[in-house]
Amino acid sequence: MGVRQSWKKGEPIMAEEDYKGVWVFVEQTDGEPATVSWELLSVGADLARKLDVELCTMVIGDNVEHLCQESFVYGASKVYLIDAPVFHDYRTEPYYRAVRYLIDKYKPEVVLLGSTSLGRDLTGPVATELNTGLTEGCTELDIDENRLLLQTRPAYSGNIMATIVNERARPQISTVRPRAMEVPEKDTSRTGEIVRESMDISEEDIGVKVLEVIDSSKGEAGAIDITAADIIVCAGRGIQSSENFQMIQELADELGGAVACSRAAVEDGLTPVESWVGQSGTTVRPRIYIACGVSGAIQHTAGMRDSDVIIAINYDKQAPIFEVATFGIEGDVLQVVPAITRYVRELRARK
Amino acid sequence: MLIVVCIKEVPDAAYINIDPATGTLIREGVPSIINPFDNHALEESLRLKEKHGFRVAAISMGPTSAGETLRNALAMGVDEVVLLSDPVFSGSDTLATTKVLAEAIKRLAEKEEVAIVICGKQTIDGATAQVGPGIATRLKYSQLTLVDQIQNVDDQAGKVRVRRMLEGRYEIVEATLPALITVVPQINTPREPTVRMQMMAEDAEVTLWDNEVMKLPKESIGVKGSPTRVRKIFSQIMPESEILGDGIYDPEGAAHLLIDTLTEEDILSL
Ligand SMILES: Cc1cc2nc3c(=O)[nH]c(=O)nc-3n(C[C@H](O)[C@H](O)[C@H](O)COP(=O)(O)OP(=O)(O)OC[C@H]3O[C@@H](n4cnc5c(N)ncnc54)[C@H](O)[C@@H]3O)c2cc1C
Ligand SMILES: Nc1ncnc2c1ncn2[C@@H]1O[C@H](COP(=O)(O)O)[C@@H](O)[C@H]1O
Repeated sequence: MGVRQSWKKGEPIMAEEDYKGVWVFVEQTDGEPATVSWELLSVGADLARKLDVELCTMVIGDNVEHLCQESFVYGASKVYLIDAPVFHDYRTEPYYRAVRYLIDKYKPEVVLLGSTSLGRDLTGPVATELNTGLTEGCTELDIDENRLLLQTRPAYSGNIMATIVNERARPQISTVRPRAMEVPEKDTSRTGEIVRESMDISEEDIGVKVLEVIDSSKGEAGAIDITAADIIVCAGRGIQSSENFQMIQELADELGGAVACSRAAVEDGLTPVESWVGQSGTTVRPRIYIACGVSGAIQHTAGMRDSDVIIAINYDKQAPIFEVATFGIEGDVLQVVPAITRYVRELRARK
Repeated sequence: MLIVVCIKEVPDAAYINIDPATGTLIREGVPSIINPFDNHALEESLRLKEKHGFRVAAISMGPTSAGETLRNALAMGVDEVVLLSDPVFSGSDTLATTKVLAEAIKRLAEKEEVAIVICGKQTIDGATAQVGPGIATRLKYSQLTLVDQIQNVDDQAGKVRVRRMLEGRYEIVEATLPALITVVPQINTPREPTVRMQMMAEDAEVTLWDNEVMKLPKESIGVKGSPTRVRKIFSQIMPESEILGDGIYDPEGAAHLLIDTLTEEDILSL
């Protein structure tokens, strides 16, 4: 097999046959799992089948044992569980030490995490400590004929795709963008093995304390989480005034979606939202993305071009947003958006 | 106390084109800019300087042309700049890059105690967001990513308090110094350098640290020190878009056509 030959004299030899299994890190906040964790189990199952190895999860937290059964239901056959109060709030250090401990002890060949704020915070330290490679923000994963993980991700603002391999070190670590994979079918009859582990970390050893959490899902002011939304209606500068933002909100409400903005719309104060979609903002991948009065600058499309269906509404037919759109309407947002909302209401009323 | 800010020179995304024949990036004629996120990191380091009297050093690893970006940092008010450049550094992935940057910070820390290292949230070319965390791990600094406010720095008590911007929530976090912070663009609006500062910076010295100075083992840096390889590059083909109706003269009709199409194709169910 090609892997070992690439090792040069003097480099630490990692016998790749010692590393077996596909592992998924289950991300959770207060015991609530992040959906991306289950999405990872669908691609993980595919990789595990191709490699003919076990699919396992790592569950780390405080009072998180219920996530073991959920892991089984979504396809894992084994869970490595570390459950202790010190893992209540996510902090980089205890978490990366726990993940590292499990990897050192059980040696998986592939480790997958979500490309979320937490996943991206955790992956770098784990890979650095293990002296292995990582590929951030993958949208596709596969296995080649030499059992190597093929990690495909957008690069240069989504202009190109790159397939990256790690031939020399184990495990192969990837983070995967939320909504890039489907959540697998639930099978409540499934069970599996729980491997309980504990770690010797005390609160005094940790230099970082979470003093307060301001959660917008509990009605507190904060950044709205648009990465989980199935439908996004995005306001660009073309909505022209903050009063007009109301019609964007109404369409989103009518469709059961979330509102988002371009950076120009945020900078011009057209929206009550502080964050935007794009290269310097959030990357989203909803099923439907409706861009209203967005020109489609590359910095914007970098954050939304992977959406399943993109609808562009713009009165300038030269606008680059039409190049990434699935469906386009050439017209005035201020007329078209309310017309869509009205028609959706009308159809619903007819039912 | 020293603040170290890590800045990278990147190709300007607005000018990137793909060679349709080969599917590769056309690099010629693409201007280089400071990674936009690092401009916010730079601004924040200057605000800490103004508020707390810290000194600021900017470091960048890259080709010698990156010296220009560092000179710009001097024009904005940074006290010292170091360019980390050597042919053996090229081809580094995140693991090898953090090795070089962490070593450089260690060297700076020998002369003056480092309080905070600031990085951008991510680069626009690599976009891994992993270099900051890698540096924090190597230096055993507190790691604080996605910061949109540095609320308080108490160097006497050795503590920093920040606000982190996460999915759907903010977190107020306190950490011991030294700390590595990565910043989101919401943290500040970067200043423009004054003409006087720009003129002064033109003749300013950019310290160069190559591997003669850094003395890093060759197996741990550059291509040799990088476990990941790009195997294939290809362009993503976007499907042709379909223009629905005549939105200019008949917005109602176009709206109906859109919703009818979405429901017929099972994209939307009402
Ligand atoms: C370093 C850097 C990073 C950036 N990062 C991001 C990012 O992450 N996200 C982001 O969004 N931007 C980002 N930008 C900004 C980006 O370059 C664009 O300026 C921005 O996306 C434009 O927003 P917009 O499309 O809303 O506004 P505009 O470009 O002004 O476009 C408005 C569009 O609305 C149309 N329009 C106007 N009125 C109407 C109407 N009544 N009906 C229909 N159409 C109408 C116009 O034809 C036009 O196409 C970044 C820029 C830089 C330099
Ligand atoms: N070559 C480099 N030189 C200096 N700083 C860098 C370099 N590469 C990355 N960084 C820093 O690390 C951050 C994250 O980069 P990345 O992990 O490549 O997305 C950037 O915003 C910079 O602050």
